Amino acid sequence: MQVFKQHKGIVAPMDRPNVDTDAIIPKQFLKSIKRSGFGPNAFDDWRYLDEGGPDIDNDGRRVNPDFILNLPPYDKATILLARENFGCGSSREHAVWALEDFGFRAVLAPSFADIFFNNSFKNGLLPIVLDAELIDSIFKAIEKSPGFELSIDLESQSILMEGHEPIKFEVDEFRKHCLLNGLDDIALTLQHADDIKAYEAKRRPQAPWLF
Amino acid sequence: MIAKTLYDKLWDAHVVRSEDNGTALLYIDRHLVHEVTSPQAFEGLRMAGRKPWRINSVMAVPDHNVPTTDRSAGIEDPVARLQVETLDENCREFGLNEFVMSDIRQGIVHVIGPEQGATLPGMTVVCGDSHTSTHGAFGALAFGIGTSEVEHVLATQCLLQKKSKNMLVSVDGEVGAGVTAKDIVLAVIGEIGTAGGTGYAIEFGGDAIRALSIEGRMTVCNMAIEAGARAGMVAVDSATIEYVKGRPYAPTEEDWDSAIAEWKELHSDADAKFDYEVHIDATSIKPQVTWGTSPEMVVAIDDLVPDPDKETDSVKADGMRKALAYMDLKAGTPINEISIDKVFIGSCTNSRIEDLRAAAKVADGKQVASNVKLAMVVPGSGLVKQQAEAEGLDKIFITAGFEWREPGCSMCLAMNADRLESGERCASTSNRNFEGRQGAGGRTHLVSPAMAAAAAIAGHFADVNEEG
Repeated sequence: MQVFKQHKGIVAPMDRPNVDTDAIIPKQFLKSIKRSGFGPNAFDDWRYLDEGGPDIDNDGRRVNPDFILNLPPYDKATILLARENFGCGSSREHAVWALEDFGFRAVLAPSFADIFFNNSFKNGLLPIVLDAELIDSIFKAIEKSPGFELSIDLESQSILMEGHEPIKFEVDEFRKHCLLNGLDDIALTLQHADDIKAYEAKRRPQAPWLF
Repeated sequence: MIAKTLYDKLWDAHVVRSEDNGTALLYIDRHLVHEVTSPQAFEGLRMAGRKPWRINSVMAVPDHNVPTTDRSAGIEDPVARLQVETLDENCREFGLNEFVMSDIRQGIVHVIGPEQGATLPGMTVVCGDSHTSTHGAFGALAFGIGTSEVEHVLATQCLLQKKSKNMLVSVDGEVGAGVTAKDIVLAVIGEIGTAGGTGYAIEFGGDAIRALSIEGRMTVCNMAIEAGARAGMVAVDSATIEYVKGRPYAPTEEDWDSAIAEWKELHSDADAKFDYEVHIDATSIKPQVTWGTSPEMVVAIDDLVPDPDKETDSVKADGMRKALAYMDLKAGTPINEISIDKVFIGSCTNSRIEDLRAAAKVADGKQVASNVKLAMVVPGSGLVKQQAEAEGLDKIFITAGFEWREPGCSMCLAMNADRLESGERCASTSNRNFEGRQGAGGRTHLVSPAMAAAAAIAGHFADVNEEG
């Protein structure tokens, strides 16, 4: 997993609630058996005016000139600012892979859908929950001075924004530890293999139909 | 003894170890696998030199990508074909149980698990698919996971989880004529919103839920995720046990008796405390139709398309305007005047035998309206299809002008050839009306199977109680 310690980058505003994972990466791209290469098709239906597919070259496609991530400098954005319930819908981890492949390292929103939130941590994409009013004020700040950068420091759980007090955010201790160190959580769980075997040894005679 | 909710009981019974930070290593009894969210997980196992922890916990099936038309020539789309073949190869390599495309037992993963008795009360059930909540209908703890977690469960039989909060959604009283499980759950989502259940496990209770068949309960739990809850569940009762009995993977003989004894405890204790409770009057629920691009954008069939100018929350009003523009609808339009281009009866929400019977009852002796370009019925599994054909439902649909297809996810997410073209409007029994879900530019209205059939016949949305 990609390590996350500190990150500074341009914030792109995506001003709509309930951005679902179908929108982040449409279904036709889920046919891939790989984890990489989804970036050029992140938000495909919004980003292009014509229809894309896994076997269509994106270079020749008609770009939607109004879509935020097509407008410089947001095409180089690495932090996404979103509204409530970001990442709702399908469990597809491809949504996280697509955001990362586009270049995003963090998403800021008032709330996230549970599965997306979980999937993000597994891939080194940091989802940060902030108060809805604070999110709103960052949207307004971008309106005033488009294209500004934010600095995120995971260790101190703070975001630096010019002309603003440092913004503190919450993050689960274990997840923070894994992100800071880029840990493989399967290896961590397998350290408890004896506990898992003990559970099975106890449960099997009680409920043999489960095994 | 501390009074426990059903969720508390299921959780406690599966904790392998607890961490100080509130997370727990949770044991997984059943792992359902399909072709779309598993290839990268198997690849991860191979790269790390790991093996599945317990192969008989896995049941695999291709469903998202499979064609619903004649399959004798295989899958035409080479990318989709590779994905299905990759699942076949992975299952062969790791020795996992798979119902391949040509197997009569093949179907939508959330239909075949219960059908085979592979989903049992008291289990933890996971799958790399958000609609895994379906299996909670059996008094199981079932939730969707991402591909990294699929790999984690394959390798360790466990997941590291933080416990959710407890929510009770009680649907009290008796529903009226023509109101189905789908209408109940759409009304619930309309009430609590698409993020209303985020961070919660929802237990559905109340007279109207108890009165539902097991298939109806599956429909309700299936859409818990559309209310933001990863898991939805219903307590075990005699109907649950009756449904499970005799299925291929269900316990038998003396195991059956001990299983029943354990399963009868799978309900919330009388004085259990929920963190949040919602009570909904079943008698107030009418047949539902979604009008927007989120399942919470839903009204009754006799209602009007709502007006964003009347919404006080500006973010919400803005979302409504975007939805109306995408759906090409005007505020104030009566729902029953909205005409449709296509009809889709199927998906893990509504493709079981009772769903097909309900739709066939409405379609029997009628004709699909001339403005409807395509009305398709996609059974949830090969066995559902077989049963429906034994009952003559296929003939009713075909005579009425519907297409009768092979089982799979089909136009619920349009990964295969079944899809909406840009601008087309569909009455669909699936679970998501997101932009582009059924095809780029397609417009989805979620309804029950009976309401979908009524719309097919009328050519526009129509109250199933008036149609036929």
